[in-house]
Amino acid sequence: MHKTIGQINERIREGSARVVTAEEMPGIVAELGEEGALKEVDVVTTGTFGAMCSSGAFLNFGHAEPPIRMERIWLNNVEAYGGLAAVDTYIGATQQSDTLQAEYGGAHVIEDLVAGKSVELRASSHGTDCYPRRTITTELLLENLNQAIMCNPRNAYQRYNAATNTTDRALHTYMGTLLPGSGNVTYSGAGVLNPLSNDPKLRLIGSGVPIFLCGAPGMVIGEGTQHSPAGGFGTLMVTGDMKQMSQEYLRAATMTGYGVTLYVGLGVPLPVLDLDVVRATAVRDEDISVDILDYGVPSRSRPTVRTATYAELRSGSVEINGEEIRTSPLSSFRRARKVALELKQWVESGKMPLALPARAIDPIKQNKPMHQSKKGPRVLDIMDRSVITIGETEEIRTAAKKLLKGETNHLPVVNEKGILVGIVTTFDVSKAVANPGKAHLVRDIMKTKVITAAPDESVDIAIQKLEQNNISALPVIDSDHRVIALLTAIHLGKLLGGRWLK
Amino acid sequence: MKLLVTFSRGKGRKPIIAQVVRDTGVLINVERANIDSSEGEALIDVPDEQCQLVRDSMSGLGAKVRILEHGIIYNESECVDCGACISICPREVFCFDADWKLQYADEKCILCGKCIDACPHRALNLPL
Repeated sequence: MHKTIGQINERIREGSARVVTAEEMPGIVAELGEEGALKEVDVVTTGTFGAMCSSGAFLNFGHAEPPIRMERIWLNNVEAYGGLAAVDTYIGATQQSDTLQAEYGGAHVIEDLVAGKSVELRASSHGTDCYPRRTITTELLLENLNQAIMCNPRNAYQRYNAATNTTDRALHTYMGTLLPGSGNVTYSGAGVLNPLSNDPKLRLIGSGVPIFLCGAPGMVIGEGTQHSPAGGFGTLMVTGDMKQMSQEYLRAATMTGYGVTLYVGLGVPLPVLDLDVVRATAVRDEDISVDILDYGVPSRSRPTVRTATYAELRSGSVEINGEEIRTSPLSSFRRARKVALELKQWVESGKMPLALPARAIDPIKQNKPMHQSKKGPRVLDIMDRSVITIGETEEIRTAAKKLLKGETNHLPVVNEKGILVGIVTTFDVSKAVANPGKAHLVRDIMKTKVITAAPDESVDIAIQKLEQNNISALPVIDSDHRVIALLTAIHLGKLLGGRWLK
Repeated sequence: MKLLVTFSRGKGRKPIIAQVVRDTGVLINVERANIDSSEGEALIDVPDEQCQLVRDSMSGLGAKVRILEHGIIYNESECVDCGACISICPREVFCFDADWKLQYADEKCILCGKCIDACPHRALNLPL
């Protein structure tokens, strides 16, 4: 047996369609069987509500008198794109305010407009014969705009990696606050209710398919950017009319230490055409697993600590190395449910007729990393190979002499095998000389917790280490922990005006 | 009952909390403390019926004592029930109910402030 989209829309018009949420579907399939569920259910509604950074809106202001060709544009001091001819702009959610930085951004401008608040437009131009005006400042309400069309390049991730942090320092990421020593796990996504997880083969979700977007009827444009369904990370590009949106399903947010983002409520109604749709929409939290990645590693490829299903993550804790670690979602399951329920009402009441994709989205595509024609500077490009070290059993006086002779402020300390065991600075030696006590040997005054760099490490990572630890030099070590060079703030000066910053 | 004790360490560096424990016999639970060379602030928990005794004793030793009636201020209209606060709270003040609505146990809060920055929606604030 199968149903056509026409039959399902006919039942919706008659008011006899059975619409359920994706959360209810697994239970129905378990009770009635797949055939029974196909007969019983006509539409499954999905929903998700979470941080979707890659969001924004096209705004049209109409012409001023005299007219202006706006080239640089700010909305409440948040810069918007000025390359769209005279009176259009695109405001991106993550763009930060020039004055309030991360506490206010494009997402807040969008939320303020939707909430009915007035927003200040400020723009400048070089002035042309056809557009003589050079500046404009005006207060605008959403109703004053001709169009306010939300257009989000990358929304509704099929699932998202969970995060933890094995370092000894708290991290502030787009995955929220990550406590040191794997102190917590954060995750995002609606699991059982997620649109793409209920249609992983992309048979039903594609260009032109009607959706719920922030409380307004919207539409799928096509595949989202970074779309990578081969690995289970499909995304959607979506659009909707901001004038019909509600603050209930659209919220600006700030991830401390990361920046501004927009919480978006999005749902897709799925027509139950055949058994394949029944099986796909019977998916449960237990069936969807994600990797818990170590965000302590500042690289594109972060190591996986373990995998966990949404059911495990949602239980409140997961086990890592024999310890129960508490979990926090960053997306709201309660609001995802509200999206799916409101969408259910829309379909039942005939407000949103269903449609199949006008054009399908690639279900097997694999996303590629950035092609980098030039490698950025690495530590080995600027490090000082003529590093002077000192043995741990040498006298402090020897260290003082070496510091003077070597014109350096840092001496890596090595043991008899040449392996790095500590570091002493001019400060440590001066302190020992000024307050003579029991300390005679270098090992008595050295710091044993040494932050190091690897030769093939990116300079950006090394700079991050210097900043975070408030230090000015890093011993560079090989894989056997032997000191091969020193990287100091002075060497970073080589980058300025050098070949790397062209 | 939670008491916020602030003291200056200028005169004699008196071990105020230890002194009060010895004088009153009340077992004081120090929930958090921030003490440096010149001043200190400690949040302590004492049984309700012995609160007055501890307050008087601390005040007598020159500390300022304030009863903390409320934990963090929770603004429900800004909250979207995401739960980012749950795992970073050292006292498990936050949890979900059966409908995934955020629940807030005011009495467990020690005002450490960790949740304030962790809330993406700025729904949690320190009381004035």
